[in-house]
Amino acid sequence: MTDLTRLSAADLSILLTSGAVSSVEATQAHLDHIAAVDTDVHAFLHVAGANALAAAAVVDAQRAAGAVLGPLAGVPIAIKDVLATRDMPSTAGSKILEGWIPPYDATVVRLVREAGLIPLGKTNMDEFAMGSSTEFSAYGPTHNPWDLDRIPGGSGGGSAAAVSAFEAPLALGSDTGGSIRQPAAVTGSVGVKPTYGGVSRYGAIALASSLDQVGPVSRTVYDAALLHDVLSGHDPLDSTSLTDRWPSMAAAAIAGRVDGALTGVRIGVVKELSGPGFQPGVLQRFNETLAMLVAAGAEIEEVSAPSFEYAVAAYYLILPAEASSNLARFDSVRFGIRVDPAEGPLTSERVMAATRDAGFGPEVKRRIILGTYALSAGYYDAYYGSAQKVRTLIQRDFDAAFEKVDVLLSPSAPTTAFKFGEKMDDPMAMYLNDVTTIPANLAGIPGMSLPMGLAPEDGLPVGLQVMAPAKQDARLYTFGAAVEQLLEAHWGHTLLSLAPKLAPTQMFASEGGAV
Amino acid sequence: MSEITAEQVAHLANLARIDLSPEEITRLTAELGQIVDSVAKVAEVATPEVPATSHPMPLTNVFRADVVVPSLSVEEALSGSTDRDGDKFRVPAILDEE
Amino acid sequence: MKKAELMDYDKALELFEPVLGFEVHVELNTKTKMFCGCANEFGQGANTNTCPTCLGLPGGLPQVNAKAIESSIRLGLALGCEIAEYSRFARKNYFYPDTAKNFQTSQYDEPIAFNGQLTIELESGRQVTIDIERAHMEDDAGKLTHVGGATGRIQGADYSLVDYNRGGVPLVEIVTQMIEGGEADSPEIGRTYVAAIREIVKALGVSNARMEEGNVRCDANVSLRPRGSGKLGTRTETKNVNSLRSVERAVRYEIQRQAALLAAGGTITQETRHWHEDTGITSAGRPKSDADDYRYFPEPDLVPVAPSRAWVEELRATLPEPPAARRKRLQADWGFANLEFQDVVNSDLLDAVEATVAAGASAQSSRKWWTGEVARLANVAGVSADSLVEPVQLAALIELVTAGTLTDRLARQVLEGVIAGEGTPLEVVEIRGLAVVSDDGPLIEAIDLALASQPDVLAKIRDGKVQAAGAVIGAVMKAMRGQADAARVRELVLERAGTAE
Repeated sequence: MTDLTRLSAADLSILLTSGAVSSVEATQAHLDHIAAVDTDVHAFLHVAGANALAAAAVVDAQRAAGAVLGPLAGVPIAIKDVLATRDMPSTAGSKILEGWIPPYDATVVRLVREAGLIPLGKTNMDEFAMGSSTEFSAYGPTHNPWDLDRIPGGSGGGSAAAVSAFEAPLALGSDTGGSIRQPAAVTGSVGVKPTYGGVSRYGAIALASSLDQVGPVSRTVYDAALLHDVLSGHDPLDSTSLTDRWPSMAAAAIAGRVDGALTGVRIGVVKELSGPGFQPGVLQRFNETLAMLVAAGAEIEEVSAPSFEYAVAAYYLILPAEASSNLARFDSVRFGIRVDPAEGPLTSERVMAATRDAGFGPEVKRRIILGTYALSAGYYDAYYGSAQKVRTLIQRDFDAAFEKVDVLLSPSAPTTAFKFGEKMDDPMAMYLNDVTTIPANLAGIPGMSLPMGLAPEDGLPVGLQVMAPAKQDARLYTFGAAVEQLLEAHWGHTLLSLAPKLAPTQMFASEGGAV
Repeated sequence: MSEITAEQVAHLANLARIDLSPEEITRLTAELGQIVDSVAKVAEVATPEVPATSHPMPLTNVFRADVVVPSLSVEEALSGSTDRDGDKFRVPAILDEE
Repeated sequence: MKKAELMDYDKALELFEPVLGFEVHVELNTKTKMFCGCANEFGQGANTNTCPTCLGLPGGLPQVNAKAIESSIRLGLALGCEIAEYSRFARKNYFYPDTAKNFQTSQYDEPIAFNGQLTIELESGRQVTIDIERAHMEDDAGKLTHVGGATGRIQGADYSLVDYNRGGVPLVEIVTQMIEGGEADSPEIGRTYVAAIREIVKALGVSNARMEEGNVRCDANVSLRPRGSGKLGTRTETKNVNSLRSVERAVRYEIQRQAALLAAGGTITQETRHWHEDTGITSAGRPKSDADDYRYFPEPDLVPVAPSRAWVEELRATLPEPPAARRKRLQADWGFANLEFQDVVNSDLLDAVEATVAAGASAQSSRKWWTGEVARLANVAGVSADSLVEPVQLAALIELVTAGTLTDRLARQVLEGVIAGEGTPLEVVEIRGLAVVSDDGPLIEAIDLALASQPDVLAKIRDGKVQAAGAVIGAVMKAMRGQADAARVRELVLERAGTAE
């Protein structure tokens, strides 16, 4: 029998629709695989188990009753722990929220449930999405399925590892400065950050409100498109949600698979995002991909985005500033843990301060203090105010570039997956890891990462980042599907089929929450 | 080099309501200094004529009709609290009014 | 609480010039909260009107109430303000247990309304124009109850309880410019200004405007400038002064307190102060410090408010007659003396009297009933007079008195019946059988009986000592248990005395 966990969401959907496979069977297969490999991978903080099977049984019953179901009905999905779920703990990888079960579902979680997808559990992440490696998760890091001694990227390393370890065909991620795209790159999977406002943020535990965006994580471009179609649309609960009617991303992806889809496509290569500081093998695969695109009829032009040099600096002012305010609500009163001071009087002020000291990890504290500094009287103009101006300049650079080209390309990350601990003691080195992905967040434009091979020097996945103008998410899918088809035709297989097979372990992931 | 001092970090920690240990303050003072040095370069290009962008998508006037929607139940509202008294949240003594 | 040294008020004014400033918070009476769809109402049990947004749960996001924007613009216009073409919300960051998000969503340098003016008239007839700096929108905090300790106050409490029902209720904060030249009238200026704001928000219908329920709250800033000095003094901000009389008292108290302190060579600390309604004093709160670094920045979860000029003009057209102009008009229409009119205004019964007159009653009798019997009953019940009875019912009652169906005394009983929910005045008259006895038969019988039992009185009446009739009238009214028209009884007594044998 087919290993149901190796199928794409689209292929699984065909089996589910035809009745060849039930959702309960598909869900059970994934739960079994999670039980077998997640002790090593640690992609999940919580596995839904019984609830997942119950939801699958409901979908099976609906299908048996002849209900018209969406294309992803019955397909399992992993949910990043940054999203509020009313039946599962939602900790955002932080100790301060240990065990918290929200009394509501995030809008995207509601949409996913309504579309009949089966939540398998919650995936690991850097605490409050602050990090590029999951090493800042309060519950221990996730391991890269390609090499368990390496990081899976971050903050959404859990979601990326879950799909690349075949624990789930789909996952939800959130991307503030690359947290969907960079993990996709280093795990050989696909991840998309939609246009800001394209997907609701309601119920996504906020990191930086003006940068955060929820998006799909998958193994194929088409699967990401199918999930994107479920997620996108106006949500009145999110005041920054766009009211635009979105074209079908799935249709856009299909359009990318027709012959000649790349002919005449104008591609811009951002000079500032592929130079020194990039791993040679990353640049090699990038240049080879560009050559193949030219051979397929695309036109390539180098574009300059001079303000990108300031993007990381602006990002590490805006993000901490907004985060310092967004994270103020974690005060022990209405939710989350409470820690009393070791000595001295028990006052509200002191309990809050002790709780936040004990509940927040080092990176969160670092960024809260930095953000508090950037917003404080006398510094606002020089730091936060200036950073907001850099944002304008970056938008202008993108506008100028998109006057000339249809899509912009760069490597998704400067390096392949690094080893645990390599950058833990050097915050700036960790921050520079996001240099490629940050500009899209600052400008609000959509971006995708898809695999473009393995770096020759370490045999680890390399990601290609595609960026399109704001609201042109469909273009990402058409172009991305075309590139994916081109590369897979060249390789003769998918990239993930090369990933080492994970040996089942005797231990089972716990169902009761964080392990 | 930046002029971040330990006193400043202690003050910021107080504003941010985090009871940092002396060791944390020392470490953060050094780290913050480095980070601030490297992010301060935003001021180089942030000239007066450049407008600030606080929202990536330029929307205005997004309003909600004044229509009541169901609230959480009291039990749902209090479900996450560590300390309650009846239907209210309980907090330790407060030093003084805001 | 120790009472501070106070300087004699007149002496204080000889030495110092008071400079004032007010921040008035108005709670809007929208159906829902400022940033979420929870009901804007209290009294249904703690934490019944909360959601992830107003409870500050992780993942909650704000959505702006259109009606609150509309009310804020109308209020701004009524205060003579300009309405911003581009206005933004900002986060004011500070930790406090009643503030669910640990920031208040407010407005900073881009308020919805600014540069207004309001002219108030003092009892002396002096007109004072108050410059309004700004009116901005923000959300209210939850309600704290302090438990333990001696006083129920925050100081000395063992712990506090939080109810977030009020958290997120829309507020407009109206901030004045510095008010100079108030001189000895300063306390009255404070009271009259807050009264004027209250009257305006009530006339606009944007707030329930009940100070006792915190719908209108005043922070009073007071500083003193030594005569002949160009330099402003240090100011104090007395928080949450929640009645008109208290505003006046608090300003007066601060003038006297600061004057005594300054004259003794002391200095004023820039601080917030608490007003104590019971003892009529202020006490030191938290001093201003660098902990007041609120780290304002534009609220990234909300987009700018840019009201079109067409919308603003549309809203301007909905403004009611300004309360001051309306008062002038009503006093002239009703022909009330100043004292009579003030009585109505101070009792907050202008609307009630106007509605009663509109329902057909005369202005004078409307005034007498509202400020008299209705106010008395309301006072006993501890509620506001206008909540006790509908103006149209009172008009109907007055009509019954005018027609002679009821005496004043009977009408008071009928009023009680109406208030008790027994029905309309006419229905109460029927149910209780309270109408004046208009058939003379029983009256004459009672009069004859009374005259017969008091032959000396009868003799006096016959001798032309008409005032002696009082004793008989009293006896008759008693016999009729009050259900007779005293004037008619008098007529009949004189008549019967003349013919009696």
